[in-house]
Amino acid sequence: MTRIITLRVNGKSYENEVSPRLLLVHYLRDVLGLTGTHIACDTSQCGACTVMFNGESVKSCTMLAVQADGGEVKTVEGLATNGKLHPLQQGFWEKHGLQCGFCTPGMLMSSLNLLQRNPDPTPDEIRHALEGNLCRCTGYQNIVAAVQWAAQEMKAKPAAGVAE
Amino acid sequence: MFPVEFEYEAPTTVEEAIRLLAESGGEAKILAGGHSLLPMLKLRLAQPPLVIDIGRIAGLSGVSEQDGGLRIGATTTETAIQDSELVQRLCPLLSETAAHIGDQQVRNRGTIGGTLAHGDPAADMTAAVLAAGGSVTVQGPNGERTIPADDLFLDMMTTALEPDEVLTSVWVQTEGPRTGSAYEKFANAASGYAIAGVASVITLAADGTVARARIAITGVGSKATRASGVEAALQGKRADDQTIAAAAEHAVEGVDLIGDLHADESYREHLAKVIARRSIQRAVGRAATKS
Ligand code: FES
Ligand code: FES
Repeated sequence: MTRIITLRVNGKSYENEVSPRLLLVHYLRDVLGLTGTHIACDTSQCGACTVMFNGESVKSCTMLAVQADGGEVKTVEGLATNGKLHPLQQGFWEKHGLQCGFCTPGMLMSSLNLLQRNPDPTPDEIRHALEGNLCRCTGYQNIVAAVQWAAQEMKAKPAAGVAE
Repeated sequence: MFPVEFEYEAPTTVEEAIRLLAESGGEAKILAGGHSLLPMLKLRLAQPPLVIDIGRIAGLSGVSEQDGGLRIGATTTETAIQDSELVQRLCPLLSETAAHIGDQQVRNRGTIGGTLAHGDPAADMTAAVLAAGGSVTVQGPNGERTIPADDLFLDMMTTALEPDEVLTSVWVQTEGPRTGSAYEKFANAASGYAIAGVASVITLAADGTVARARIAITGVGSKATRASGVEAALQGKRADDQTIAAAAEHAVEGVDLIGDLHADESYREHLAKVIARRSIQRAVGRAATKS
């Protein structure tokens, strides 16, 4: 039997009828058309599907859409405000934190979770925080630099990291 | 892969969850954070007709002081345990262990009740709750009962919970004066699961000898278990490096060792002894600095 779910995604309200077995990642991609959230391993390891749910990073391949009912989701599409990149996105740009870009949406959302918990992380803390995100291209070095860049930027201009 | 179709209910009380579970003849599965159940549903290793989501039951999550210990609601996430000021102050072992689980996203969803009810032989929190002298409260059609952690894990993915019972909370002892704890693990690099994990809680007497040692081991056998041989070898002794190393030699006594492609039995045994030694050393060091 299907169920009606109501939730907010990137500040917009949605109401949809879904099957209980529908994963949050498929809901975002196939029902809402928000394909910025990627899916790769499908086994809770790679982090490509990471989104924010009620303010915390989650792997959307390991959550049912019905579990998100009544909640608040933010995807990579919700990071920029009024066409202006989020400091994290800018940091990945400045520091060449991506190559193919497949892992990037997940990396950004995990980094957002990190900077919320710890606005001034050391390189070591960044690596630990991104343990749940795999990248097959960059060797991680530039991703760490990108997150550091964003942390500096957000310290200098605190309003920059606040979406909406 | 998509899970097989199932019905979904999200009750708002424990009683309702138990009623749904009973009606399904114990066939339904309880969903908390979903980080054990969802992977099993996706691999179709589990195909329950009904999934009962207890994530919306008010009062099932949170940490509070109770009976000389901490009561932790079943749906409290590992992140919440890691961050909890109460846990950090009164039972730092749990906070330290939580930080070792999976990765940040997994900790944001995974729950303490879920990991204990699932009984994965390579989970981390199982060893911590054993070493912390813990117990769980479960509720079924005939009311509530308490299961000591020592009696909870029966075998691989098998616990003492009846099919019609729901784990509602966990209780752990407060680490008192002159008590130190540590969780040490050798993790599988891909999954983060413990290949060998050892949780230690050590209380020193005024003269510096070991007044009480509770050591638990995970990852090496078919279930997490107390390492009674290690505990006995420490009891009443001065915990110097030599004594600790000798005690750690008992780490897999009575353990039904498992071997797989990540580590065969003899390698696991070796790791268990090394990890036990490090865990005890750290716990003793902490106990010595705590008045
Ligand atoms: S697709 Fe979700 S963790 Fe890889
Ligand atoms: S940039 Fe290609 S996977 Fe990370």
